[in-house]
Amino acid sequence: MHDLMVKARVLEERLIQMYKQGHGYFWIGGPGEEAFNVPLGLLMKKGQGPAHDYLHAHYRQSATVLALGEEPIGALRQMKNTATDPYSGGRNFAGHFSRREWNIAPVSSPIEVQYAMAPGTALVQKRHGGDGISIVTGGDAGTAEGDFASCLVWSSRPGNELPLLIIVTNNKWGISTPAETQHGETRVSDRGKAFNIRSKTIDGNDPITAYQELKEAMEYVRKERKPFLMEAMVSRLYGHSSASGANFVGNEVDCLAQFEARLEKHGLLTRQEMDDLRNRYTEEMAAMARQVRDEPLPAPETIWNHIYAERK
Amino acid sequence: MANMAQAVRMALHYAEEHLGVTDIFGEDVGAPLGGVFTVTQGLKTAWNSPLDERGIIGTAIGIAMAGGRPVAEIQFADYIYNTIDLLKIAGNTCWASHGDWNLPMVVKTPVGSGIRGSIYHSHSFDATATHIPGWKIVIPSNPLDAYGLMISACQELNPVMYLEPKALLRVKGEERIPGEPEDDRQLSKMIDAPLGDRSQWKAQWPQLEAYAVPIGKGKVVREGSQVTVVSYGRTLPLCKKAADELASQGVDAEVIDLRTLWPYDWELIKASIEKTGRVLYVNEDTEVTNFGEHLVRRTVEELFYKLLAPPRLLAGKFVPGIGLADTLEMASVPQQGDITAAIHALAGEQP
Repeated sequence: MHDLMVKARVLEERLIQMYKQGHGYFWIGGPGEEAFNVPLGLLMKKGQGPAHDYLHAHYRQSATVLALGEEPIGALRQMKNTATDPYSGGRNFAGHFSRREWNIAPVSSPIEVQYAMAPGTALVQKRHGGDGISIVTGGDAGTAEGDFASCLVWSSRPGNELPLLIIVTNNKWGISTPAETQHGETRVSDRGKAFNIRSKTIDGNDPITAYQELKEAMEYVRKERKPFLMEAMVSRLYGHSSASGANFVGNEVDCLAQFEARLEKHGLLTRQEMDDLRNRYTEEMAAMARQVRDEPLPAPETIWNHIYAERK
Repeated sequence: MANMAQAVRMALHYAEEHLGVTDIFGEDVGAPLGGVFTVTQGLKTAWNSPLDERGIIGTAIGIAMAGGRPVAEIQFADYIYNTIDLLKIAGNTCWASHGDWNLPMVVKTPVGSGIRGSIYHSHSFDATATHIPGWKIVIPSNPLDAYGLMISACQELNPVMYLEPKALLRVKGEERIPGEPEDDRQLSKMIDAPLGDRSQWKAQWPQLEAYAVPIGKGKVVREGSQVTVVSYGRTLPLCKKAADELASQGVDAEVIDLRTLWPYDWELIKASIEKTGRVLYVNEDTEVTNFGEHLVRRTVEELFYKLLAPPRLLAGKFVPGIGLADTLEMASVPQQGDITAAIHALAGEQP
C-alpha cells in the first residue's frame, strides 16, 4: 500500500513538473488522496462487464488506477497529449482515465455528471446478480449539483435499491471557495440518512482506516445489493489544479508523510528505504517523461476518428 | 392502419423481443399509464422512473455502458434542455475515449406544436439536437417510418435521438406495418390498454417483422420537377398536401422527407435541387440558427450555379415560446397556408 501511495504521489508530482516545464497545457489530479484512493483500487473487483466493479471516477483518481495495476506512463502520455495517450488519444486533460476492459468509465470534466450515470451500471449489475458493484467518486463541492441528489434518489428507490458505493472525497474546497461558506449540512454523509442509505464519514488520510472502512462498506454493497454513502475526509496538497499554481500546500495533512512516520515508528520501513523507493520511482518516471516528450502528437486528420463506433 | 403511437409501441415490442432492448423507461412510461401518449403501453421492459430528466439520461448512459440497451424517454422535449451536458457526454464518449467506449442507447422525446401545448409542451428540439455531435437523429412523419426508424435505432451502436412529432402521434398511416392486422379495431383491442383497471391487462402482440428504415436515408414522397421541398416531422404532411394542391395550379413540386437529421441524406437533396433549381426547407423550430439554415448554407456553397432562385427557409418565428391561444400558435409556426404560399411563391420567383 505504501509503495503504491509513493508511486501515485511521484506520478502526480511528475505531471505537475511536466506542466511547469511546458510539456502539458493543464494539470489536475489527486495528490493528497492517496491514502484513500489506493485501498479503493486494491479492493475493487477488476475486470470487464457487470460481474466486475465499475468505477465512475472524477479527475483525482490516479492512485486508484495505479492500484488497479495501470502503468504510469499512460498518464504522462495524456499530460503530453500524444497520439499514444491510451485514455483519449491526446484529446483530454491529465487525470481523465478510461479503460473499458477494467470497467473504468471515461472521466469527463463536468462536475458530478458521473453520479447521474453510476445508477445505470449498478442497475444492470443488480439484475445480473453476483457481487459486482458500481463505485462513484467525486468531491465535496460537487455535491451541490443536482446530480448528487439524483444519485441518492435513483440508488434508493424502494424495492429497487442499487449496489452502488457512493463516495465523496471531502477536501473542504471547491477551487477557491471554502465548503463552510456554502454548505449548511454538518456532514455530506448526513444526506444519505434521508434516503435510508447507510452512510459514514471516515478519515481518508489514514490508509489503514480507509482500507478497513472501504472493505466493510464494499462487503455490505456486494452482499446486500444496496447503496452506501461514504464521505472520506482528505487533503488537497497542490491546490485545485494548475490554474491555481499547483504548488505544495503546507498547512494540510500529508497522508503519505503521516503514514511514513508511522511505518518508521513501528520499524516496518526505515527512512532510507522509503527515500530509496521514492528516488527510484522519481527516476523511472523522469525517464518515462523524457520518452514521452519525443512521441508524436495525434495527426490532424484524426479529429474525424471515433465519432461513431462501427460494427467490426 | 396503426397510428404513430401504436407503431412506435410495436417497434419497441419487437426490439425488446428480438433486438436486445433491456429497459424502456422514463416518467410514467411503465404501467399503469404506459406513457402520456400511450406509446409504451404493455411493454415488458417498461418502467417508471423518478421525475428527474438528468437521472433518466445519466442512467441510460450507465445502462449502455454495462451492456444493456436502453430506450429512455423524456416526456416532452421541452424538459430535455436541462440534460444538454449529459447529451453532449453521451455524444462524445466514444470520441473522448478514443473509441474505447460506445453507447448503444436511444432517447425518445415528443417534439413540436400541434396539440395546443402552450409554452412548455410545444418546443422543437431539432435545431439543438443537430448541434450535438456524436448522435444520430431521426424524426418520422408517418407510422411506418416511425416503426422502421425505431427498429434501426435499436440496432445502433451509438446514441440515437428519436424525435416524435407529437401532432402526428394519433394520425393513422397510409401504409401497413408488416405484421399489423388489417382491422384497426382489432389492433386497438390487442395493444391499446383499456380504460379503468389495467392491472390484469396484457397486450396481445401481432406477429411483427424487422422492417427497418435505414438511418441516413431520406425519401422522395412526391416527385416533381419545378421546386424541391425538404421537410420532416409535423410539417412534412403539410408540404405533401400543399404540393398536391398546387399541382392543379401548374406547380410541380418534389417533396423530400428527410427522416434522419444526422447524418442526413445530402445526395437525395442535391439530386433533387440539381433537377429543380429551387428549394424550400420547412420545419417548425425557431428560425435563427435553425437546422434548415445549415441546409441553405450548404445549398448555396455547393449548388449555387444550379439555382434558379435563392434557397428559402420557412421555420418557426424566433419568439420565446408558442402561446396557447389558437391565434398565437398559428402565427408562431408554419401552417398549411404558409407552406402552400411559400412553395407557390418560390416556384414563380424570377430574377
